[in-house]
Amino acid sequence: MTTAIGKEKLLRMYRQMVSIRLFEEQVNELYTRALMPGLAHLYIGEEAVAVGICEALRSDDYITSTHRGHGHCLAKGAAPDRMFAELLGKRAGYCKGKGGSMHIADPDTGNLGANAIVAGSVGIATGAAFSSKHLGNGRVAVCFFGEGALGQGVVYEEMNLAQLWKLPVIYVCENNLYTEYTHFSETTAGDILQRATAFGVRAERVDGQDVRAVYSTANELIERARRGDGPAFLLCDTYRYTGHHVGDINRDYYRAKSEEQHWKSDRDPIKIFTEHLISEKIAEQTSLEKIQTEVATQMKSAVEFAVNAPYPGAEEVDQDVYA
Amino acid sequence: MPEMIATRELTLAQAVREALAEEMRRDSTVCIFGEDVAEAGTPFKVLSGLVEEFGTNRVIDTPISEAGFTGVAVGAAMTGMRPIADIMFGDFLTLVMDQMVNQAAKVHYMSGGKWKVPMVMRTTLGATRRSAAQHSQSLHAWFSHVPGLKVVLPSTPYDAKGLLKTAIRDDNPVVFFEDKMMHHKLKGPVPVEEYTIPFGVADIKREGDDITLIGTSSMVQIALGAAELLAEAGISAEVVDPRTTWPLDEKTLIDSVKKTSRAIVIDEGYGRYGVTSEIAAVIAQGAFYDLDKPVMRMGAMHVPIPFSPPLEDLTVPTEKSVFEAAQALCR
Ligand SMILES: Cc1ncc(C[n+]2csc(CCOP(=O)(O)OP(=O)(O)O)c2C)c(N)n1
Repeated sequence: MTTAIGKEKLLRMYRQMVSIRLFEEQVNELYTRALMPGLAHLYIGEEAVAVGICEALRSDDYITSTHRGHGHCLAKGAAPDRMFAELLGKRAGYCKGKGGSMHIADPDTGNLGANAIVAGSVGIATGAAFSSKHLGNGRVAVCFFGEGALGQGVVYEEMNLAQLWKLPVIYVCENNLYTEYTHFSETTAGDILQRATAFGVRAERVDGQDVRAVYSTANELIERARRGDGPAFLLCDTYRYTGHHVGDINRDYYRAKSEEQHWKSDRDPIKIFTEHLISEKIAEQTSLEKIQTEVATQMKSAVEFAVNAPYPGAEEVDQDVYA
Repeated sequence: MPEMIATRELTLAQAVREALAEEMRRDSTVCIFGEDVAEAGTPFKVLSGLVEEFGTNRVIDTPISEAGFTGVAVGAAMTGMRPIADIMFGDFLTLVMDQMVNQAAKVHYMSGGKWKVPMVMRTTLGATRRSAAQHSQSLHAWFSHVPGLKVVLPSTPYDAKGLLKTAIRDDNPVVFFEDKMMHHKLKGPVPVEEYTIPFGVADIKREGDDITLIGTSSMVQIALGAAELLAEAGISAEVVDPRTTWPLDEKTLIDSVKKTSRAIVIDEGYGRYGVTSEIAAVIAQGAFYDLDKPVMRMGAMHVPIPFSPPLEDLTVPTEKSVFEAAQALCR
């Protein structure tokens, strides 16, 4: 079931998905050109999840994100230039270069931060939902995590608390089938949704490659949480096209090329959405191409900004340890 | 202690409760999470009466999920609350390490100073309660080791109240350790007027000339008892209480040892790689040329705390053992 979504919103979703895709392609490029320190975990293939959910949020709603977090940050409204700057460890980055790829945080867009501890932000998101309820500001917190986080006990402690206290938090599980290099079936016993429903948490499963489906389901769960009806768990079936991180090139030992090909040709979220926009006469190919060109230009200049931006000064190393 | 106009004697538990109540009255974003904190007022009965005044919306009984409610405290602190997470026995801190070390301590720095985590974790330390190895440890050194956290170890009701109020108002995660043996046994004067005590300011609990006894938490009381015995033996001991292990008032510690030329550091955590080691190193660096004897350290024996009373009593410093060690150093 998908609710009617206005044209402007649909085109915005399209632009956001393309932005994430092209942002990540640039990240990979920066890595291969040896311009980026460290590694990055790309979100390519999963764009519909972040966009579908964040488009259903208010700008003052909260998110927490993961090591694979660029998509969540962009979808919640972060600017690519300051994100690239952060990835390169530059002063102009969202965290003054102190966080890097896995820790982008931005109070202005309600981004409580990306977390490099698997399941590390489940408590933070639940706590933000506690504040919302206590302060009565109507905000909802969305906690993104991969299916790998299901192995962490704290997830269940938080779902129990959230349901007991009817907190406005949505736990979004992005099942991209693999943790690092292990298929989720080897690490996950039983039924995932039942892990949530056992606590009385409302649980839904959605095709994570269909941005309209993600949006509609998220919208319902988010508004339900905002009304005070409690937390929800949303399982999104998706796939990461590239390696666990940019350096994970040879993947034969844990998954087949044919499987990757299948997702790319038949299950691509941008393709699926494009077909919908065109067949429903919401947009024409040319106008979508125009969006792509605009985004590509934006990403290029964002990268340029970041490459040319200065590093933080040595005097900054021990600043911000304490507030 | 500064001059007080009106004081009364309070137990450490009463002082803690008064600090909490005052701060909760002053600031509606202060709330308490923990196991059996509401109607039960904790198993130590430190919080008795708070739920009656502030209600179950602010004095919140949680499931037995230390990591879970600490995580909630971190997130709530980032988004407008000033939560206090109550960890019943300090031994259970093992269960909150990720929330405190990887989350609370990192958020401010990792976000380039954008998010803050104004939370307090109240917990306990201390042996000799006949509670055996999983209810007796003093694990404050672990937290003192981590940048981003502040660690408070009050030794008197007066300090407990003033430091806890400062902790609640601080914009950083603060871990506040109370010796559970002092909760109801230790009484002391506490002003009626409001006051706070800044972090990073050591307090000279007793002045002396021959030796400095640096103590933390209940070991300050042990040091004061030893100082009394030493006075009878003609030795004048100065007792210094750093009050916070981080930030650490290095100057007051060093200045005292420069004056006395001898020092013993006494702390109930494990001696190995512990608070005593750190403070001894600070003194060795800062007062090396003024020392007449090597700095001595006295901490918990390097064993899990045993149950059997005669064994348990061997594991922690006592007035007698501190007295004897000090006497030997002054010989
Ligand atoms: C507590 C913890 N354990 C292990 C790791 C190392 N690690 C980083 S990502 C990852 C896999 C995570 O898988 P999943 O949660 O499904 O997210 P995905 O990478 O698939 O998006 C692991 C094991 C970590 N960062 N944190």
